[in-house]
Amino acid sequence: MSETDSKELKPAIRLEHLTKKFGSVVANDDVSLSVYHGQILSILGENGSGKTTLMNMISGIYFPDSGQIFVDGEEAVIRSPRDAFRYKIGMIHQHFKLVDLFSAAENIVLGLENDGKYDLKRSMERVREIGAQYGFDIDPERKIYEMSVSEKQTVEIIKALYRGADILILDEPTAVLTPQETQKLFSVLRRMRDDGKAIIIITHKLHEVLSLSDKVAVLCKGRYIGTVNTAETNESELTEMMVGKKVTLNIERSEPKDPKPRLEVLKVSCTSHEGSEVLKDVSFTANSGEILGIAGIAGSGQRELLEGIAGLQKVEGEMIYHDPESGRTEKLHDLDPMRIRDLGIHLAFVPEDRLGMGLVGNMDIVDNIMLRSYRKGRTPLLDRSAPRSLAEEIIKNLEVVTPSDRTAVRQLSGGNVQKVLVGREIASSPTVLLAAYPVRGLDINASFTIYNLLNKQKEKGTAVIFVGEDLDVLIELCDRILVLSSGRVTGIVDARNITKEEIGLLMTKGSQGDNAQPQEGVGADVAE
Amino acid sequence: MSQNKHTKEPLFHIVKRGSIVWWKAWLIRAAAIVLALVVSGIVTYFLTKEDPLRIYATMIDGAFGTERRIWGLLQNISMLLCVSVAVTPAFKMRFWNIGAEGQVLVGGLATAACMIQLGDKLPDILLLIVMLITSIAAGAVWAVIPAVFRANWQTNETLFTLMMNYIAIQLVAFFTFKWSVPKGSGQVGVINRLTHAGWLPSIGGYDYLMNIIVVLLLTVGMYVYLKFTKHGYEIAVVGESENTARYIGIPIKKVIIRTMLISGAVCGLAGLLLVAGTDHTISRDTAAGRGFTAIMVSWLAKFNTLFMILTAFLIVFLEKGATEISTSFGLNDSFSEIITGIIIFFIIGCEFFIQYSVKRTKKEAAK
Repeated sequence: MSETDSKELKPAIRLEHLTKKFGSVVANDDVSLSVYHGQILSILGENGSGKTTLMNMISGIYFPDSGQIFVDGEEAVIRSPRDAFRYKIGMIHQHFKLVDLFSAAENIVLGLENDGKYDLKRSMERVREIGAQYGFDIDPERKIYEMSVSEKQTVEIIKALYRGADILILDEPTAVLTPQETQKLFSVLRRMRDDGKAIIIITHKLHEVLSLSDKVAVLCKGRYIGTVNTAETNESELTEMMVGKKVTLNIERSEPKDPKPRLEVLKVSCTSHEGSEVLKDVSFTANSGEILGIAGIAGSGQRELLEGIAGLQKVEGEMIYHDPESGRTEKLHDLDPMRIRDLGIHLAFVPEDRLGMGLVGNMDIVDNIMLRSYRKGRTPLLDRSAPRSLAEEIIKNLEVVTPSDRTAVRQLSGGNVQKVLVGREIASSPTVLLAAYPVRGLDINASFTIYNLLNKQKEKGTAVIFVGEDLDVLIELCDRILVLSSGRVTGIVDARNITKEEIGLLMTKGSQGDNAQPQEGVGADVAE
Repeated sequence: MSQNKHTKEPLFHIVKRGSIVWWKAWLIRAAAIVLALVVSGIVTYFLTKEDPLRIYATMIDGAFGTERRIWGLLQNISMLLCVSVAVTPAFKMRFWNIGAEGQVLVGGLATAACMIQLGDKLPDILLLIVMLITSIAAGAVWAVIPAVFRANWQTNETLFTLMMNYIAIQLVAFFTFKWSVPKGSGQVGVINRLTHAGWLPSIGGYDYLMNIIVVLLLTVGMYVYLKFTKHGYEIAVVGESENTARYIGIPIKKVIIRTMLISGAVCGLAGLLLVAGTDHTISRDTAAGRGFTAIMVSWLAKFNTLFMILTAFLIVFLEKGATEISTSFGLNDSFSEIITGIIIFFIIGCEFFIQYSVKRTKKEAAK
């Protein structure tokens, strides 16, 4: 690593006029930027701004429609991840690509073809060396399935380093980490930078950008906006570059009006197919006129909890629905969605997987709106007229951008898909509204539309349960926050008097020591 | 990094189309057919030294040449269409039913059994009703067995339905031997040749008209069922995303079983039309591979039963024409299959170009 000694900065990668289209969607439009050795560059942009697509072109997963990539001054043609590896480019994806039953070292050497010799012992030594050099905490003999998400990420990073990567690309590395783990990752990244590596980190979290990187390149809707030195910028300037105009980050929050218990969850447990405990003795009460937030690292049991309430997942324990007006109570556990509806309970559910669960991607908006109501009427024939007028109403009121109500929802952008889904779910005037990551992948404007809709439901007296990942949003939007850690409730706190760090601590509480670490994957599918 | 110097940029790359205007899609399809005819013309010329144009003329003659041929063509189209309509609800549900062949056969077997066993015992109308019920029931049962297993124990329906075909074929083989006339010949021969008991009536002197009308009604009925009824909507949701169906509370098991009952019932009816309306006999070849060809017809029409009239016509026309070439030019069956294969290859292949467009990589980028 001779370039380290010279301490002189030269571009490790230069991108010129890269363009990539998917059908009519322009993911990257004429993007040019440079990354230097010994530097950390953040690629900043909202979800869907084309960050991942851009990095995928560098790492050989996509091939650009036009434009050039230069590595160390020479034009590079990267057609496969193998090509990228020859140019010493290593990418750490959001979804880890590891074999669960193999040890860390085995995963690291997997697929390497040098001289035909397979010497695991030497490889382990090398892994330890790399670990020591950059301050990684790693046991090369441990199996992947025994590891936490952050350890798996470490394995991925070492895998890239082991293969001699000089240019490291990390795609949203902090999405699955707790604040503490994030700090640890950052110190490792800084050491690698000091060692002369060029590091690109994709993120949409401003404070991370400011604390870690030397330079920030901003993308907005696939276009390259510009690069700034981190030292010379601040949050509001970056936000402005990111969204094009300044946005207030204040989410309005009203005091809950006359909160009464709506949904009582008592000692709910759930076991996964593999036999691990996904939920353990979860108890809480959701009140009417209140937004209850659920925080936790991805895969801590959020999905099972909501699906359990909605009748889609078998759970043990009790769930009791209260109707404050009439005073009647209904047991919701062991009921499927249809039975719940037959009891006259308006339970709305905005699932995490919008196109895979909440909607049918290939169907048009009207047919998707009809999902909740198609059974109405006594004839065997469908009545599309009521859903059509509801669809038109939703399109108009929520400003859904679509050619027509006959457009397949798959062809809409993420934000518009979510508007259709949320619009349909609140159309039934629910008394309980479950929303899992409702703003994931949405730009700021669309996110605020959703916050407003949730707030309106709250004012109407709905008990809203909001599963979120952005702690800032949870703290600003919710009235109370329930924190899940490895399927256990580690705290139910007042959102008005809590800090991010406190929640972060609760999120990791109790998960050390036992091996019931959440499997990666559940919450990691951020659509880019 | 000199070793990278020789890596060349790909000449073409493939881009997914967002959407395509309908006339462009049809233009691509038309071009595919023209291209298919040109290629098979060239192949024909080099293999046989015959004039391709004469060969195509013979194909058309083989299909439309005489009134009898036209009726034969229509009959074949309607039978293929019938099976295609039958498999469509299952395919729309993403239930890969490749057991239509067997379902048609057991339907035909039930029909033949009624005709042979009850032919001289029941009045004609009653016999027809019994035939109708048993053939539909037989097809439905044959289809619902794999559906029940799939719905409850997630068995692989493709293998299951395929295996059911062999059972059906062997059952038919067994009974054709049992019923064979004369004994031991292995052939059933024309059933009720003299009494015509259980034969579907001809309308206005046209033997096949009954079949054609029944199939057209089925085609339109299935179109309405899939597009405008709650059942059809449920089938589409289950097919597109079982998760969504679960989320919304659609009883998936019930939908799978119900849909396969319908699919099998229509197959059974196809068996009835074949045995009582066309062949008046039964053999292992009664279904004649329609159970498989129907899958292609259904897919080519994108599960729209009205379009299937067109795709079924195309397939049957090709088969008829190709057979005609083989006989009139003294070529064997394999040659007609080569031609059919080439043409179908192009027709299916062109769908790729409707989904994707191939772009030349720009010169500047390769500099």
